[in-house]
Amino acid sequence: MALKVLVTAKRVEDPESKIKVRPDGGGIVTDGVNYKMNPFDEIAVEEALRLKEKHGGEVVVASIGGDRSVTEIRAALAMGADRGVLVKHDGPLDPVVVSALLAKVCEAEKPDLVILGKQSIDDDQNQAGQYLAARLGRPQATFASKKESLESEAEAKKEPGLRLGADGKTIQVVREIDGGIETLELRLPAVVTTDLRLNKPRFASLPGIMKAKKKPVQEIAATSLGVDLTPKVVLKKLAEPPARKGGVRVADVEELWKKLHDEAKAL
Amino acid sequence: MIQRTLFREEHELFRATVRKFIDREIRPYHHQWEKDGVVPRELWLKAGEAGLLCCTIPEEYGGLGLDYLFDVVVFEELARSGFTGPGSGFMVHADLVATYIRSFGTEEQKQTWLPRMVKGEAIGALGMTEPHAGSDLKNVRTRAVIDGDSYVINGQKVFISNGQLCDVIVLATKTATDVGASGITLFLVDASLPGFKRGRALPKLGMKAQDTSELFFEDLRVPASAMLGQEGGGFGIMMTKLAQERLAQTIRSAAVAEEVISYTVDYVAQREAFGKTIGDFQNTQFKLAELKTEVVIGRVFTDRCIQLFMDGQLDAVDAAMAKMWLSNLHCKVVDECLQFFGGWGYMWEYPIARAYVDARVVKIAGGAIEVMKHIIGRSLFEGKIAKKPAKSRSSAQNGKQVMPESGT
Repeated sequence: MALKVLVTAKRVEDPESKIKVRPDGGGIVTDGVNYKMNPFDEIAVEEALRLKEKHGGEVVVASIGGDRSVTEIRAALAMGADRGVLVKHDGPLDPVVVSALLAKVCEAEKPDLVILGKQSIDDDQNQAGQYLAARLGRPQATFASKKESLESEAEAKKEPGLRLGADGKTIQVVREIDGGIETLELRLPAVVTTDLRLNKPRFASLPGIMKAKKKPVQEIAATSLGVDLTPKVVLKKLAEPPARKGGVRVADVEELWKKLHDEAKAL
Repeated sequence: MIQRTLFREEHELFRATVRKFIDREIRPYHHQWEKDGVVPRELWLKAGEAGLLCCTIPEEYGGLGLDYLFDVVVFEELARSGFTGPGSGFMVHADLVATYIRSFGTEEQKQTWLPRMVKGEAIGALGMTEPHAGSDLKNVRTRAVIDGDSYVINGQKVFISNGQLCDVIVLATKTATDVGASGITLFLVDASLPGFKRGRALPKLGMKAQDTSELFFEDLRVPASAMLGQEGGGFGIMMTKLAQERLAQTIRSAAVAEEVISYTVDYVAQREAFGKTIGDFQNTQFKLAELKTEVVIGRVFTDRCIQLFMDGQLDAVDAAMAKMWLSNLHCKVVDECLQFFGGWGYMWEYPIARAYVDARVVKIAGGAIEVMKHIIGRSLFEGKIAKKPAKSRSSAQNGKQVMPESGT
């Protein structure tokens, strides 16, 4: 019942860095910014490792980006993933292009399960996983969470939240939705995207970091995959949001309604 | 901005791990550990498992055999976090105790202790200072008297980090009196032996989660094989490790100073007074400009010393300069920055308040400022004293400086 799982590890800006908009509005100032793995992808890597620890198999980590993205692949290898694939592309990306490239990687790797972060914390698109499933013609379950809380014993024991069916051909996913919790069963191969409460990712131990140096990372040029690399969404301008204004105390509901209607134009 | 050039990718990956470790395993609990006056054993075991302890110990002794920069990453991140319980505890354990054992231990001693120290199963302490002898280490009175194939140790130590939990102590004793430094012998004392008594953890001004203790040795019998190095060679051994000890503390002070400036800037940028932010006042900007410049200078010096140390070229005088200057800077930065926090700076819940009290000891411990100055000052005159006739030479022996009559 060994599973081959493909996970993503996107390189994103560390939100603890001070992010400033470039004066020309074309992007952010990159000088002095630190980078890290997208936290939702980290959860994906963790989930894949737990499935491997429980059922055996292989965890392959893919990243799309410039040379530096290999750092996030190494971070995933340090956590325990087995192999890395870097799809090299220095230009702008959008979920359409990302999903097309990942579909090509999936064609080559043929994973039983693909786990991605539900969104990346730089552009918060929440689309790549869904597009990928559509391109592959496979089932998807997004916002995967865990029935048990992150403080539970199950979490402490590093139980996976995704439950492999007894025949190894299906996977049960618990999703957080607006109305509550939904449990889906998907036929493998399938695509899952992770939400925050799926697991608490392990940190890479120092022995793990040193072992990772010997693990193979394959580099593929995005241009060699026969994919149209033109993003459908183009960043025209980036600007800081307007500064927060102070709040105002209102005397009664009538005044509240008036302010909401006349000033905030919310009603 | 002057970039640091010391670290490679694996160091930065490890840095991310150490930060996560601190956030998950230390941050939620340090407040309680300050009340308890000690960091629990569980943390040491977790740190060992994550690989935070004794990164340079060779594989044959259970370590990973990595370069010093991995230890540096641990020291820096703990210093930055302000969690001085594990911060100072791990540093003594890894940088001092494990280093002594690794450099001067017999094969048996290394195999007995190092693998367990890497795992955090055995916690190390350095037993040197006594109530009446700190800087003047050659005056220790703890006696080790030979008796057959053992030594019997009597005495006491004070201000010993990791004192409440330590399993192994590098102990400075006198095996011969009246011969000054050459009577000092080091022993590796197993804390489970009868005759070893832990005194209390001493209430301190700062570093409240660090279990600094008094230790008592009452007819403690150790096998002769517990001697570390040669009889009478203790002082010499300690001398060889001074540069490294001072460097670790320099690294800590540099990291704290940088971090304090960073969060002070964040605070003053949003704290309002008199229709502006505190950061808008010229005094704030000028003061921080001065401090920041010194901190950057300190960083460049520290990193250079780290590189020299790794190349085996850091001499005791350079290390003394680094320790002295960065210790002074550390204390100055926490003091001046606390002022910008106003009343909040005096509140224990604010990191600056804890940084302030934690800082004060750095001018004293691990090489007091005055001793550093003495070492540096004396080195300026090395070799400058020309050969003198007998009369002048006796003046020199009395410790008076003799001015050279001719250039050297």
